[in-house]
Amino acid sequence: MLFDALTLQLGYNATLVALGSALLGISAGVTGTFLFLRKRALVADAISHATLPGVGLAFIVMVSLGGDGRNLAGLMLGSAVSAWAGLLAVQAITRRTRLAEDAAIGAVLSVFFGAGVVLLTVIQNMSSGRQAGLDGLLLGSTAGMLFQDAMIIAGGGAITLALVLLLRRAMTVVAFDAEYARSIGINTDRIDMLTMLLVMAVTVVGLKIVGLILIVALLIIPPVTARFWTERSELVAAYAGAIGGVSGYVGAAISASAPSLPTGPIIVLTCFALFIVSLFFAPERGVLAAYLRHRRFQRRVHIRQGLLALAQDLPVYEPLTIRLLASEGLARRDGVPTEAGRARAAKALRDEHRWHVVHSLPDYEAVSSLYDGLRDIETVLTADQIAEIDTHIGGPKGVPA
Amino acid sequence: MTHLELAADHGHRVAKERLDASPLAIRGLTVSYGEKPAVFSVDATIEDGSMTAIIGPNGAGKSTLLKAALGVIKPLSGTVTVHGKPLESARGRIAYVPQRASIDWDFPARVIDVVLMGLYRELGMIARVTGAHRRKALDCLERVGMGDFAHRQIGQLSGGQQQRVFLARALAQDADLYLLDEPFAGVDAATEKAIIDVLKALKAQGRTVVAVHHDLATITDYFDHVFLINVRKVAEGPVATTFTAETLQKAYGGRLATAQIEDLELGAG
Repeated sequence: MLFDALTLQLGYNATLVALGSALLGISAGVTGTFLFLRKRALVADAISHATLPGVGLAFIVMVSLGGDGRNLAGLMLGSAVSAWAGLLAVQAITRRTRLAEDAAIGAVLSVFFGAGVVLLTVIQNMSSGRQAGLDGLLLGSTAGMLFQDAMIIAGGGAITLALVLLLRRAMTVVAFDAEYARSIGINTDRIDMLTMLLVMAVTVVGLKIVGLILIVALLIIPPVTARFWTERSELVAAYAGAIGGVSGYVGAAISASAPSLPTGPIIVLTCFALFIVSLFFAPERGVLAAYLRHRRFQRRVHIRQGLLALAQDLPVYEPLTIRLLASEGLARRDGVPTEAGRARAAKALRDEHRWHVVHSLPDYEAVSSLYDGLRDIETVLTADQIAEIDTHIGGPKGVPA
Repeated sequence: MTHLELAADHGHRVAKERLDASPLAIRGLTVSYGEKPAVFSVDATIEDGSMTAIIGPNGAGKSTLLKAALGVIKPLSGTVTVHGKPLESARGRIAYVPQRASIDWDFPARVIDVVLMGLYRELGMIARVTGAHRRKALDCLERVGMGDFAHRQIGQLSGGQQQRVFLARALAQDADLYLLDEPFAGVDAATEKAIIDVLKALKAQGRTVVAVHHDLATITDYFDHVFLINVRKVAEGPVATTFTAETLQKAYGGRLATAQIEDLELGAG
């Protein structure tokens, strides 16, 4: 069943939804990257919640003009207008008062959402509103998706994506260093505004599929996930697009493969699954990699400390140090060094002396700053340099370097 | 015209000529955060081809003056001209090196990506980065001694290396006026040497360098002009005549002990 869904063999509606969701996921992931890099992810929350009153008002206006209140293009237009009003409200509060942006977002988000819920309740009680199904736009509802809806979503997603590609360089410079951006003549206010407009466009496009509450997840989770895998902003954007696209496609397929699995939430959960995998298993920034790195580092520190203690005939107290020395064959379980241990210990101590000499010689200033107590001296100095340093030390001779 | 009017007219023209010749002229600049001016009614006329240090105590408005001169923050009043032209039409001639502490260094970028940002005006929004652009960026990195770090993650750099990358980004702009905000703050001796060498090379090419500076002990070695500020302008001019115990006392007030001033290598005054 899932295989059928993934290969688009589950019927017309499922195919429309899967392709629409994939495109939405790509544009949300790419757009969201610049919001994430600008550290303004929360603004997406305000924008999305502020769409709701617009949805209600658009419905009322369309019905009172004698049209179909559920026309997606009309609802999208209404939601865009009220999202824009919400965004301006956040900006006005942040600029004209001493309130920080998070407080402004919290206030605008809840007031607009509250107003929207009131409007939807009113609509439910209107004669023409009983079957309106507007609450489907909260969490998305793809059951009755029309071809024309899918075209609107595809077109909106494609336009958004194209605009992001056009603005990406400016948005990156602004996100990295807004003051520098202004110094080279970039109008940062305008770029920020355009970024928000794009986020708003993605939100409005995503209303039908994932709904206004869950769209934030599709804007934020893909870039956060992508960040685990790369250290370059343009690749973060590319990977985020891929992650969003895959989540949209696979999520839609999963939800189509079984009855009563809601599309939007399943897409978000799919995306989250990719996030969890990245969080733990990403090669550099992942939790597991960080843990292993920490363990390796701890091991080096303990062995080094243990060797220096052995070299000076000091007792090694820490059980972990003794265990690590023993596992390397450098000492017995009772802390008495082996032959190999003695040799390594003598070398460790002599390296310490060498570093000491390095610190005292002005010629080695650059090298001196590399000292961290762990680095092997051969990795930063040539054999000749070490030999020269050794002339400053009396110490044991003939021990292999 | 009467004699007096002629004299006034002449004076006016002289002032205008000085203004036009200056790579950076500031008139009546006031910047305020809230209702307390951080910089109040400051005039500055930076000498063409000079190396000018902006000095003054903490909170004297040094960085603010620099940012307002660049239009990075909006002044309450005042005008800024670059070679006699309004700031906006002269953007391409100015390069700014901000304080490195103002940046999130975990941003996903490599060293060369940051330097390429310096080519933004040249590239525009969409033109592709070519091999020539990359070579130019690499060349700028070489000039600050960071050529080997081009593909390093910016998060892995030390403070001094970060500062040199910012300088390389400014070099990529190929400007003739360089404005630096505390370029020597918290950097190692090797970096300080690398930076001052680059700045002196810029001066040797006839370019103008203006830096917010806090180490009074190095003023005479590094700079030829000083601008002393403590919210208001205190003095400006060549180090030899302006960097004196008297102007320092005026700028720093009681905060700079007489003994400290005596230790400095001061201008003749």
